[in-house]
Amino acid sequence: MTTETKPRLVRVTEVPPCGTLPATRRPDERAPWIVRPEGIRGLWWIFGAILTACVLAELLVHLHPHFGVDGWFGFHAWFGFLSCVAMVLVAKGLGLLLKRKDTYYDARR
Amino acid sequence: MLAASLPPGLLLILGGLALPLLPRLGRQALSLAAPLAALGLIWLLPDGVVLSTEYLGYRLELVEADALSRLFGTIFALMAFTGCVFALRQTNVVEMASALVYAGGALGVAFAGDLITVFVFWELMAVASTLVIWSPGTEASRKAGLRYALVHLLGGAVLMAGIAGHVAATGSIAFEAMTVDSPATWLMLAGVLINAGAPPLSAWLPDAYPEGSWSGTVFLSAFTTKTAVYVLLRGFPGTEILIGIGLFMIFYGIVYALLENDMRRILAYSIVNQVGFMVCGIGIGTELALNGAAAHAFAHIIYKALLLMSAGSVLYMTGLRKCTDLGGLFRTMPLTTLCGTIGALAISSFPWTSGFVTKSMITQGAADEHLMIAWMLLQAASAGVFLHAGIKFPWFVFFQKDSGLRPKDPPWSMRAAMILFAALCIGIGVAPGPLYALLPYPVDYAAYTGAHIVTQLQLLLFSGLAFFILLPLMKRTLTITLDVDWLYRVAGPAVAAGLRNTVGRAWTLGLGGARRGIDGLIAWTEATHGRDGALGRTWPIGASAVMVALFLLAYLMLFFLWPA
Repeated sequence: MTTETKPRLVRVTEVPPCGTLPATRRPDERAPWIVRPEGIRGLWWIFGAILTACVLAELLVHLHPHFGVDGWFGFHAWFGFLSCVAMVLVAKGLGLLLKRKDTYYDARR
Repeated sequence: MLAASLPPGLLLILGGLALPLLPRLGRQALSLAAPLAALGLIWLLPDGVVLSTEYLGYRLELVEADALSRLFGTIFALMAFTGCVFALRQTNVVEMASALVYAGGALGVAFAGDLITVFVFWELMAVASTLVIWSPGTEASRKAGLRYALVHLLGGAVLMAGIAGHVAATGSIAFEAMTVDSPATWLMLAGVLINAGAPPLSAWLPDAYPEGSWSGTVFLSAFTTKTAVYVLLRGFPGTEILIGIGLFMIFYGIVYALLENDMRRILAYSIVNQVGFMVCGIGIGTELALNGAAAHAFAHIIYKALLLMSAGSVLYMTGLRKCTDLGGLFRTMPLTTLCGTIGALAISSFPWTSGFVTKSMITQGAADEHLMIAWMLLQAASAGVFLHAGIKFPWFVFFQKDSGLRPKDPPWSMRAAMILFAALCIGIGVAPGPLYALLPYPVDYAAYTGAHIVTQLQLLLFSGLAFFILLPLMKRTLTITLDVDWLYRVAGPAVAAGLRNTVGRAWTLGLGGARRGIDGLIAWTEATHGRDGALGRTWPIGASAVMVALFLLAYLMLFFLWPA
C-alpha cells in the first residue's frame, strides 16, 4: 500500500441535487480503526484465516465434481484467483490500447 | 370481472400520462399507488388469454398470463413501486411520468400474447426510456439520449422487419418458442438482442444509462434489458448461439468495468455482464437453465436497482460520480454503505444472498449438459463479477483513500427503498422457496449443499485476495475506454466530414457547372426566341413587305443572271 503524506480533500464546486454542499473532514477527526495501519494489518490476518479455513473446509464436505479437474484440491480457490489475475491483466492490456482521457468525446464537439 | 381483464401495463401508462396534471402530493401518491394496483392486478389475472381484440385482420392477444409472464410482471411492478419510493423527492415531472409509462410498457410486453402487441409496447418503452434519459436536461444527457434513441429505433426496425417476414411466411402472429432458421427469425433475434445489450452494439447501455438523474438510472437499469431477456426466454429458448453471445457479454462487462472510473458506468457495464449470464442460460435451454435465467433476472433487477440506488444516494448527496473523486464515505453514510455492500454481495452470488440461489442454477445447467468450457468460463466469470462489481464498486466509492467528504445518508424515502431491496436480497438468498415457486418449470434444485457453499466461498474470497494484491494495478485514472460507439461518435462523423469535403465539393462543382451550362442555354434561347428576340418579336407589316420585295429582287437577279 502507498502511504500518503497529505490527507486528500476533494473539492465539491457544484451544489449536489440534495441542495447543500456535503460537510468535510474536521481537522480534529479521529480515523476509525479499520483505516488505521494496525487495523488494516488486523483485517489482513482475519482475511487470511478465513481464506485458510474455507480451503480446509473442503475436507469436511463431500464434493461432487462434474469434469474431474474441479475435484482437485482447492480447485475453486486457485481457479478463482488465477482467473481474476488473468482478467485484470487482459483489462490492463486492452486499456493500453483503448483508454482515452475522459474528455475525449467532449473535445470533439 | 372487468377489473381483472384490464391490462396491468395500461394502469401504469395511464398513471404516467395523468401524473403531470396533478399537484406534487398527488403525483407522489399516484406514483406509489399505480404500481401497487398493477401488482394486485397481475395476481388476479387467470392463466390464458384474458383480453383480445381484432386489428387489421389479426387477433391481438393484449393480455395473456402464465407463470413466466407473472414472474416478470411481478418484478417489474415491484421495481416500479420501489423505484418510485426512491424517487419520491424527484421534482422532475417528465422523469416520473415517463418512468411510469416505461414500466407500463415493460408490463405490456410481459403480458403480450402476440408479436404485434410485443412490438407496440417495445417501441413505447424505447420512447419513454429516452425521455427518462433526457429528463436531467444536461447537454450530456441530451446527446446520450439521442444516441440511445437511434440504437433503439434501429433495434425496433430490425425486430419489426423480422416480425413482418415471419407473419408473411407463416401467417401466424403467435408469440411462442421459435427456431432460428429463416432470415425473418434471425432478424427478430437480432432486434431483441440489441435491446439486451448484446455485441456488437453493447455500448449503448454504458453510454446512456449513467446520464440519467440520480433516480432515473435506477429505473433505466431494470426494464429494457430484462424485457429482452423475457422475450428471449419465451421466443428463443435453447438457441445455441446464445451461449456464445452470453459468454461474450459476461467478459465484455467485466473487462470494461475494470477499466472504468465512473461509479454508475461500472454498474452499467455489470448489467451487460449479468444479462450475459441470463442469455447464456437461455442458450443452454434445459428446464434448470431456463429457470435459472428467469430467477436470475428477478434477483438481478433487485440487486442492480439496490446498487444503483446506493450510487444514486452518493450522487444525490455529493453530486460526484467518479471513483477518483470519491472514497471514505462509509464514515458518514453507514446505511448507504451497508445497502450498497449487500447489493454487491448479491450480484457476486455470495452465499445467503439472492444471486447465490439463482446464478448457480445457470452454472449447474451448464454442468449437467457437460458443457465444460462454458462451465469453466462461467465459474471464472463469477469470480470476475466479485472483482469488478462486488469489491470494486463499494471499495472505490465507500472505502479506499479518504476523499475528506462527509455527506450524510440520504433522506428517509431513499433509505426506505434501499432497505426494502436489501431485505429482499437477503430474504431471497436465505429462503429461496417462494421465488422458486414462481418459476416457469418445477424446481428440483438445492442451492445450499456443503460443497456448493464451500466452493463458492473459495471462488469469491480468493478473487477478493486477487483484488487487494492487484490493487496497485487498479488505480483509478481520469479515463474512459473506447467501445464500438466510437464508430458512430467519431469515425462516422469523420467519414461524413471527409466525404463532404471531397466528394461533396466535387459534386457541388460539377452540379454548379452543369447548372451554369443549362442557365446559359436558357438565356441564349431567351435572347433569340424571347419576346424581344430577333425571331420572337412581332414585326411591322412594312418590314414584311420590304422583306418580300428583297426576296423577289434576289429571285429576279438569279433568274436573269444565271447562265442559260
